[in-house]
Amino acid sequence: MKVNNKLISIVVIIGLIIAASIWYGRNNGLLPVAAGDEATLYDGLFNTILAIAAGFFLIVEGVLLYSIIKFRKRKGDEADGPAIHENLTLEIAWTAIPTVIVMWVAIYSFDVYTAMQGTQDLSGMAHGGMHNAVAHVDHAAHHESGGMHSNSMTSKATLASSNNNGVMMAGVIPSEDSDVVAINVSAMQFAWVFNYSDEIATAELHVPVGKKIRLNMNAVDVLHAFWVPQLRIKQDVIPGRETYLEFTPRVVGEYPVVCAELCGSYHGGMRTTMVIDTPEDYAKWLKEQQEIASNDPEAIVASRPPSQMSEHEYLAGKVAQMGMTSKK
Amino acid sequence: MTQTLTPTQSSSAGAEPQKTPWWEFFTFSVDHKVIGIQYLVTSFMFYLIGGALASAVRVELATPDSDLVDPAFYNSLFTMHGTVMIFLWIVPAVTGGFGNYLVPLMIGARDMAFPRLNAIAFWLTIPAGLLLMGSFFVGPASTGWTAYPPLSILTDEHVGQAIWILSILLVGTSSILAAVNFIVTIWSMRMKGMDLFSMPLFCWAMMATSVLALLATPVLAGAMVLLGFDLLIGTNFFNPTGGGDPVVYQHLFWFYSHPAVYVMILPVFGIISEVIPPHSRKPIFGYKAIAYSSMMICALGLFVWAHHMFTSGTPDWLRVFFMVATLLVAVPTGIKVFSWVATLWGGKLRLDSPLLFAMGFISTFLIGGLSGVMLGSAPVDIHVHDTYFVVAHFHYVLFGGSVFGIYAGLYHWFPKMTGRMLNEFWGKIHFVLTFIGMHLTFGPMHILGLQGMPRRVAQYDPQFAPINMICTVGALILAFSTVPFVINAVYSWFKGEQAPDNPWNALTLEWTTSSPPIPHNWVGDPVLATGPYDYGEEYKEDRQEAIAAS
Repeated sequence: MKVNNKLISIVVIIGLIIAASIWYGRNNGLLPVAAGDEATLYDGLFNTILAIAAGFFLIVEGVLLYSIIKFRKRKGDEADGPAIHENLTLEIAWTAIPTVIVMWVAIYSFDVYTAMQGTQDLSGMAHGGMHNAVAHVDHAAHHESGGMHSNSMTSKATLASSNNNGVMMAGVIPSEDSDVVAINVSAMQFAWVFNYSDEIATAELHVPVGKKIRLNMNAVDVLHAFWVPQLRIKQDVIPGRETYLEFTPRVVGEYPVVCAELCGSYHGGMRTTMVIDTPEDYAKWLKEQQEIASNDPEAIVASRPPSQMSEHEYLAGKVAQMGMTSKK
Repeated sequence: MTQTLTPTQSSSAGAEPQKTPWWEFFTFSVDHKVIGIQYLVTSFMFYLIGGALASAVRVELATPDSDLVDPAFYNSLFTMHGTVMIFLWIVPAVTGGFGNYLVPLMIGARDMAFPRLNAIAFWLTIPAGLLLMGSFFVGPASTGWTAYPPLSILTDEHVGQAIWILSILLVGTSSILAAVNFIVTIWSMRMKGMDLFSMPLFCWAMMATSVLALLATPVLAGAMVLLGFDLLIGTNFFNPTGGGDPVVYQHLFWFYSHPAVYVMILPVFGIISEVIPPHSRKPIFGYKAIAYSSMMICALGLFVWAHHMFTSGTPDWLRVFFMVATLLVAVPTGIKVFSWVATLWGGKLRLDSPLLFAMGFISTFLIGGLSGVMLGSAPVDIHVHDTYFVVAHFHYVLFGGSVFGIYAGLYHWFPKMTGRMLNEFWGKIHFVLTFIGMHLTFGPMHILGLQGMPRRVAQYDPQFAPINMICTVGALILAFSTVPFVINAVYSWFKGEQAPDNPWNALTLEWTTSSPPIPHNWVGDPVLATGPYDYGEEYKEDRQEAIAAS
């Protein structure tokens, strides 16, 4: 009878813990809005792993708290506890169960990872595969050695612009797939530059909702990392290599673009905005940019020196005051 | 642990305790106990320095603007904070400090296998620390404790960066020397009658740690030498403008620096395995499982480094391999946690400071471990990589884990080391302040990271200001929490209550000699009276007979 009661209590407690964990997994509210298709996939995985973690957390912390209350030494009790060394069944259980769970997490993660890459083949995918070998000084002269044509172009630009003054790289849209909007991204201390074509270079990233976006990224000086928290994707931008990021924006709005890799003194100021536009707004915006470019090609670059590119509401005055070169 | 050793008398009962004169701690002493205390005190000094740097970082982050220090100096602050805490506090404290003091005592040896090498290893850390601190006068390194090129090659703080590299090379050398010494000592100097499976679990942990340090540290040294060449003489190993590859540096760096996490945490696992049984009066649950899991962590730990590089442009197949390897580390770690909890279950818990810190360790390390599993999953990692989520995770592992464990060890072995008891009341105050401060500082950082705050930034989006303020208040509580400990430790060392040889009625060998132990540890040959964890009612009678016989 006593054993039955114990068993029932254990089953009830474990049931409650599982219920609480599942509830927390679904209602944690820890992530910002999911603005892209990949973010939705991500959130499902995150919430599931969080629920599992919450379950383990509740079990172990619960036992610790229970032990403190139940098993603390009472006054005058100098006795030892029971001499229990091991329990093979228990040990096999708590080795096997976590093994199964982590392997399942690994498979689920791999599944989500593959799905987040969309239809890409494994060699060039969402989270930044690399096609280029390490860039050599003479690499730019040999386009054929770099794989895609655009890679060679951008590598050339990268190498040509090893100063910190924000020399624009040549923007070339790889046009194998017309459904993909390709944008070249150049990262430098402490600004992002987005090239939509040979003419258009902007400090703000605009993308149309519902289209697959491909960012071909290059760094001018040091490592940077492109991150939009609402898209849940991140990729290092590496000098001498080209990295890629693909995503499909889903929710119209303005989101921060953050540099996540320490890139120097004003790393914290290296921010800009990504605008997910409706197709109409996007077309309108693109047209405006083209007009500005055709009126005065020099002005595009000149009107957006790095000091204004990272202009952000809270940093507006600050960045201008700091200047854009690192401390000498 | 199934074999039972026949209890016999301990051979040093009644030996006069040895009081080491203060000046001996400033000499090139070759006594492992002196070297252990040298390591502990020195590293604790660096802990206070690293803590002061962290406090400056947190005060700067109380507001979104960079208003306390300029952003360049802010980068130096967190760079030096990380470097000091890892290379000059946790690693020297857990391996050099506890390892040196305890391993020979626990295996019944007179000293370490190579006493002079031991002293050299310690005395290498002093110039390393002084150099690092001295670099504040010439512009300290500012590229993070990871020092990723090309930033670390193009940095304006050339001299500071070069000093940083030299300093890391010195502590790395020290670490390699210490690792060789531990492996030889544990392998060949165990007393007669002590096989591998009857030695205390701390020794198992030190063995695993040393193997890991010995295999991984030379790779870090290699990376540092190449980085130094790039920085100082213009080679191009990692500089892309000359054909180098910055990602290669990341592979070399993390090949050491992820195992370094286990170098920091494995000895602490050992400490926890030693602290829990005597204070809960039960044998350690699953001795062999804990011992094997240390070796498993050691083996797996060498194959997880690229999980720091999921966003660096590593090939896909590599990410999948490292994701699986990383997630698998959760299994041996889980075995340890469950075993400790099972040891507590049904015990007679003496909730004094050592056990409080040990239980605090389990409860906070658990959170770090679980967030570690989340980070092991490549897609989850990609969003939170280089954000405050990661900062929260590794502080839960390295503060909630290592530092709580170190405190548990300090409270547990302080009577053995000094011959005096620490004050229990102030110990509890210390625990409560540390526990609250730690959760307040690092808990909310999980949310910051998930919501979009990157790490290593002096300025941040004002939407994160309220949570950052909570973290800063927590950090100040944490900084203040060291005050009762420092006062307690200094006062008790000189004026504290005299400690008996074995205040906790513990069964490992170090408690069979005087407090503090005499030179060469025992008068005659030490004798194994019991197994290291033979607690429990069934063994009690045997133990009492052994005591009576002595």
